[in-house]
Amino acid sequence: MSALTRLTGAEARLFLREPVSAFFALAFPAVLVIVLGNAIPAFSEPSPDFGGQRPINLYLPIVLALAIGTVTMTSLLSVLAQYRERGVLKRLATTPVKPSALIGAQLGVNVAALVAGSALMMLTAAVAFGSRGPENWPALLVAYLLGAGAMTGVALFIAAVTPNARASAGIGTLVYFPMLFFAGVWTPGDMMPDGAQRVADFTPLGAASQAMQAAWSGDWPQPLHLAVAAGYTLITGALAIRLFRWQ
Amino acid sequence: MTVIEVNGLTKRYGDRTVVDGVSFTVAEGEVFGILGENGAGKTTTVECISGLRTPDAGSISVFGLDSSADREELRRIIGVQLQESQLQDRLRVGEAMQLYASFYRDPADWRELLAAVGLTEQVRMPYAKLSGGQKQRLSIALALIGNPRLAILDELTTGLDPRARRETWRLIRQIRDRGVTVLLVTHFMDEAERLCDRLAVLDGGKIVALDTPAALIANVGDVDGYRANLEDAFLALTGTDRDN
Repeated sequence: MSALTRLTGAEARLFLREPVSAFFALAFPAVLVIVLGNAIPAFSEPSPDFGGQRPINLYLPIVLALAIGTVTMTSLLSVLAQYRERGVLKRLATTPVKPSALIGAQLGVNVAALVAGSALMMLTAAVAFGSRGPENWPALLVAYLLGAGAMTGVALFIAAVTPNARASAGIGTLVYFPMLFFAGVWTPGDMMPDGAQRVADFTPLGAASQAMQAAWSGDWPQPLHLAVAAGYTLITGALAIRLFRWQ
Repeated sequence: MTVIEVNGLTKRYGDRTVVDGVSFTVAEGEVFGILGENGAGKTTTVECISGLRTPDAGSISVFGLDSSADREELRRIIGVQLQESQLQDRLRVGEAMQLYASFYRDPADWRELLAAVGLTEQVRMPYAKLSGGQKQRLSIALALIGNPRLAILDELTTGLDPRARRETWRLIRQIRDRGVTVLLVTHFMDEAERLCDRLAVLDGGKIVALDTPAALIANVGDVDGYRANLEDAFLALTGTDRDN
């Protein structure tokens, strides 16, 4: 077994031992769908309040975006910053295993938790509210992967440029809530004001959210949104690799 | 046989020279101490030797390997215990030992090593629950898990109570008795005197003396009518008693 596999196994166990972050990654999206489904009347019926659409179809892709934002901006970011600040990465640098393997293990664990939490959410929506899932699966997967890649890149970039864990957490929070806003968490569908919409087009989670919303209703996402998410993935990822300090 | 050969090692951070032309050699089986005040350049010196930092000038050879160019090979045969380097809070003692053992080709028996550092009962305890002394002993065990031929230990008894310090010293002697060469960084005089075969005294990034503890003390003679100890020798060498 390779060192990366062993490290990933160890990090997965550690992840599950942190009840708060494990809950937010794995169960929160499903819980949120249950809460929304009970709070919004006729969640699965076409509604004039939602431009004639079924509220559930507007909300589910947004909950996916929220899941991406939560895992990357809270769980992944805080662990990376802590591992550097507390010298975990530096200690690993004294062994035959490179500290980058630990970052790889953390990425693997967080992506797995994100996918598991998203799958559980979609299953819950199907069982509890009869959701049929996205109309365009391939497009949804592309948009979801690009969104996760873009926000992972942003998390790595923040971890790279902040001096300590406290600053990382602070900036993570400053990025997290606007990202949720631009993803449409508070203003689903066409409810977002036009000006905010134009900004959202160019934010990583806003672009991914709109791309997922388009895929959910059976369309192909706008090329602009896919390009924005891909651009963030590449640029923040490359900058993080260049700027990351190991100690 | 020479294990470590440091020649003209110089390291600058910005325009501050923290290690300035340091040279020394360490023989196999020796416990070699680097003694100095905070900021004297001790940690930077051993971090360069461990291959964690690249020197600005000079050369370092460890078992014939260049510690910058042959980093990967070097890490298989040395064990390093760093100052203020922690583990994941919820990682258990036994898990940490098994995980780190898996990084090496021919690791030590991790249960035996835990017994040697007196942590057998803590095998299922998470790192965050360990006391300061237990964390330090686990750190030493992790430095030895790969069966290293050279152990580099930085400030290993800082923050320990007297009993834990003495237990740690006993552990270092056991390591030496197994034939492991030990490079020890410390600012404690009693620790340097008890453990080290030879000492390099570092002041302002330069070596100001290099000898056995007994010879360093003998050079000072009497101080104020008392026989000098290592602290007197250290103060005389580092010039911090210049006001007297």
